[in-house]
Amino acid sequence: MSLENEKTLKQKNRKILFRLVVVAVGMIGFSFALVPLYNVFCSVTGINGKTGGQTTASASMQEDDSRDISIEFIAMNGKEGELEFRPRNNRMELHPGKIYSTEFYVKNLTNKAVVLQAVPSISPGSVALMLHKTECFCFTQQPLAAGEEKWMPVHFFLDSEFPKDIQKMTLQYTLYDITGKGEFGKVVSN
Amino acid sequence: MSTVEMTADHDHHDHKPTGITRWLFTTNHKDIGTMYLLFSLLMLFIGGAFAMIIRLELFQPGLQFLDPIHFNQITTMHGLIMVFGAVMPGMVGFANWMIPMMIGAPDMALPRMNNWSFWLLPVAFSIMMMTPFMDGGGPAFGWTFYAPLSTTFAPKSTDFFIFSVHIMGISSIMGAINVVVTIMNLRAPGMTYMKMPLFVWTWFITAFLLIAVMPVLASVVTMMLTDRNFGTSFFEASGGGDPVMFQHIFWFFGHPEVYIMILPSFGLASAVIPTFARKKLFGYSSMVYATGSIAGLSFLVWMHHMFTTGMPLFSELFFMYATMIIAVPTGVKIFNWVATMWQGSMTFETPMLFAIAFVILFTVGGLSGVMMAMAPLDSQYHDTYFIVAHFHYVLFPGAVFGGFAGAYYWLPKWTGHMYSEGLGKTHFWLSMIFVNMTFFPMHFSGLAGMPRRIPDYSQQFADFNMWSSLGAFGLGLTQLLFVFLLIKTIRGGKAAPAKPWDGADTLEWTVPSPAPYHTFSTPPKID
Repeated sequence: MSLENEKTLKQKNRKILFRLVVVAVGMIGFSFALVPLYNVFCSVTGINGKTGGQTTASASMQEDDSRDISIEFIAMNGKEGELEFRPRNNRMELHPGKIYSTEFYVKNLTNKAVVLQAVPSISPGSVALMLHKTECFCFTQQPLAAGEEKWMPVHFFLDSEFPKDIQKMTLQYTLYDITGKGEFGKVVSN
Repeated sequence: MSTVEMTADHDHHDHKPTGITRWLFTTNHKDIGTMYLLFSLLMLFIGGAFAMIIRLELFQPGLQFLDPIHFNQITTMHGLIMVFGAVMPGMVGFANWMIPMMIGAPDMALPRMNNWSFWLLPVAFSIMMMTPFMDGGGPAFGWTFYAPLSTTFAPKSTDFFIFSVHIMGISSIMGAINVVVTIMNLRAPGMTYMKMPLFVWTWFITAFLLIAVMPVLASVVTMMLTDRNFGTSFFEASGGGDPVMFQHIFWFFGHPEVYIMILPSFGLASAVIPTFARKKLFGYSSMVYATGSIAGLSFLVWMHHMFTTGMPLFSELFFMYATMIIAVPTGVKIFNWVATMWQGSMTFETPMLFAIAFVILFTVGGLSGVMMAMAPLDSQYHDTYFIVAHFHYVLFPGAVFGGFAGAYYWLPKWTGHMYSEGLGKTHFWLSMIFVNMTFFPMHFSGLAGMPRRIPDYSQQFADFNMWSSLGAFGLGLTQLLFVFLLIKTIRGGKAAPAKPWDGADTLEWTVPSPAPYHTFSTPPKID
């Protein structure tokens, strides 16, 4: 092979090399882009049981007392023995369009101060966006002194568009200890 | 990059350097291919040793030799080493050795990068194999390293595991880039894309898969790293993240990855079967398109690994159908291999035996794959020994048997000596018997409900497990026979002619055996 040919071959090799490296780097970018894409997809469709953020009730809201929807509350706690966490009511009957409230009890059983974060999840996921919360202890971090106990409120209502074929749903809170995580532990959207 | 200097340098010195520096600094595709293949063989035995320990523990119900945490560490190491250390480098070794010779090129297009991509591997695997000796033990979360097992609850050594995955990811990407550049730029005049041997085609497509998904693997372990050490919450629910998202990103890499492991083996079978059937490969172009569509579809099926995470009905349906569609191009390939053998003048030398066993047993693994693709049934199979049976059927008698077929096929070309046909056939028949004895009972124990990744199991699975363990010990010992045969063939034996198989018609058989250090310095003419 002549020197001329080798030069063009080297250039051709480099061109493809460069393009493939761009593809590889692009795929790294794509992988990280999957994270917001995934969250947007889940919050738009409501699959995954993620609830929407804080809403305000509108005055024009109509209570639909022709329907009873039963909701169960579940309190999950990853720190058995260190925290006590339970709902006041295990079950409630709801009419769409009416505001209800309930409370969750939490007690710090240790002798150290902790910061807690509750993360909600709704099942079935198809009605996750039909439950609106006007106030929730999950919107903020919950600091608890050693031995402190408290009742934490949640106010919510069901959308008047609530699907007719669903009579039962579950609202679950999982409590996480985020002591020392600071702002990093702050929940982006709940 | 000084490819020009290197080629020029080689033109002047036709003799090869000696001693350890030959291997450390080599840019010769045959040397690098050899190193990849031997590295892969070493990893096969290390991963195999872990498998023997696993089967020893599972020989009887109850805990005999290991506690659960060590059992999990060994299972994790077995998976990681076999996937990333044995199968993938083995196939890159075949690519290095054979692609330049099959397309009439003097070497790989980027020889220095080739050297680098190999020498990163021993580094990556040394780091990975150090982790079990570290404080807190090695990774014990399985080769799929699901979060939060691998983030919140993992030992400190996980950061070393992450680093080693980064290094081997870089190695794989560089190896793949090299294959693509070589195939696009160095084909001999007249070697059009549709004249390339099918092995070259399958590797061409595999290389694109690697370039597309290895960065995804690198990203997902990077997210783990920042979650573990820098307070981010990609997979941490308390910080607004989501552990299920880990599975989405992982399997977006993971499903193409399984085709990365099997497609080159398809190519090896497509090289061996026509040779020993003494016919042209049936439906060459349909083989190319089938490989391409398998690769394309592999990006659309990742959620079939996640049917039990609680996904919407629509997604279950979509991923179920998308997965079952893959059976169509795969069926085309199986049909073409069978049609190639149909009415051929077949002889059954060792490579052909391995290739035929590959076709039959890969079909078994493929069919259990279709069973698991059905979302309603998957909840019974999920995380049981049925899935273990499935992926071992596509990986051992699939990818590894394909590798053995290729190794026996080209051993005369590599070493210049004929291997002992008797030993080869013994190796084949023992492997064939033991591989089925090991993995077939797992279908039954899985269907009966035995969960995977456990060191202990209930009494009713005892017989199946004893069969599996006995088979596994036999299978492990049989592979030592291959090492013996390999050493014997390298050291001597009947001299091999340039073309020892009379049905072979690809370019590598036009050069003498053993292949000279430099081949096709002037490109051959293809008509």
